[in-house]
Amino acid sequence: MKTRVKKIIDKYHNDKGFLVPILQDVQKEYNYLNREALNLVSAFLEVPISQLYELGTFYKAFSLKPRGRHEMKLCTGTACHVRGVPLMKDNIERILQIQAGETTPDLEFTFETVNCLGACALGPILVVDGEYHGNLSISKTNRILKKLGKKVKIDEES
Amino acid sequence: MAEMVSLTIDGLKIHAPAGTTILEAATDANIYIPHLCSNEELAPYGACRLCMVEITQGERARLVASCIFEVADGLEVKTNTERVLNVRRLVIELLLARNNKHPALRKIADELGVKETRFPIEQKGCILCGQCVRTCREVVGVSAIGFSGRGITRKVATPFMESPPDCIACGSCVYVCPVQFIPMKEENGVRTIMKYDYPMQKCRKCGQYFAPKKQLEYFSKITNLPLEHFETCVDCR
Ligand code: SF4
Ligand code: FES
Repeated sequence: MKTRVKKIIDKYHNDKGFLVPILQDVQKEYNYLNREALNLVSAFLEVPISQLYELGTFYKAFSLKPRGRHEMKLCTGTACHVRGVPLMKDNIERILQIQAGETTPDLEFTFETVNCLGACALGPILVVDGEYHGNLSISKTNRILKKLGKKVKIDEES
Repeated sequence: MAEMVSLTIDGLKIHAPAGTTILEAATDANIYIPHLCSNEELAPYGACRLCMVEITQGERARLVASCIFEVADGLEVKTNTERVLNVRRLVIELLLARNNKHPALRKIADELGVKETRFPIEQKGCILCGQCVRTCREVVGVSAIGFSGRGITRKVATPFMESPPDCIACGSCVYVCPVQFIPMKEENGVRTIMKYDYPMQKCRKCGQYFAPKKQLEYFSKITNLPLEHFETCVDCR
């Protein structure tokens, strides 16, 4: 781990001014801000750990808990909401057996809601690993999850 | 000596060194502006917004936080207009929603004629003035504590919500808090801050507990003097 973190820091020439990009790289490397890595960053750059914790909890892009291999973001903005997103949210939560904002214990899926993706015309929208799925429906969420290897019980709606 | 500028505060002509804040200049002239987050030992911050004043520069009158706004030549400052008081009343109501018990806040509310807050009372205690975090960072120099989250979830936090590894148990954060939010006690040679314990050092001569071990270790580290040097209390030296 030491060499991996050192490599990231070297990329930014040991410059404390690049804390956020450094943490972004750490996040990418481990899929979350792992504690040991944060301690190493703190030691290498002589930045108090309190400041790294502050950054890590401030930005939504950072996570202090391990995240799933697949990231799903469901838009709950007004336009998506009126087109039935709450039902799709329930469906995803039921299939993954987690609540929005959580990660499945097998670290396969992280499911979150976001407030508006700025693409209301396509709503409801689900972003899966950076890919936008517009005009979402319950059956579409079933299909997407199935494709990602989730056993989905097909029920009446589809 | 810094260059002097002249301005008026509530009609009074005032000379102040360039670079001072309106709040400092007013305080020097014995003009009271309520404030909670500003502290002369710390860098200007501007979090609580209680110290709002109205300034006129040229044509336009506007509201600024006096603890971060620097004096300038020809500036007209008013600390008591209806517009100012309205903002302060709103601010104190918001603060009361976080803590409607503390005498320091109640006193400011009384001065402004505010009896109770219209907002749901959350009784968080902490008003997020940041004095503890800033003191630990700027004065103590260890930055053991910080904030976590943002917006409505923002709070003063130790890293990972656990015992802060860099804390030297000096108690400065406890001392500086305007609403005594951080508890500290000392019992049987142990100082407890928040819920974390720090052993105290007994004086090598008189045998009294006198300072947290971690603080003495820190002194020894920054002064490059042997630890024993600090293990005698000030009275016995
Ligand atoms: S007691 Fe610890 S957290 Fe508080 S100011 Fe001192 S070093 Fe910082
Ligand atoms: S004292 Fe100026 S914003 Fe708090």
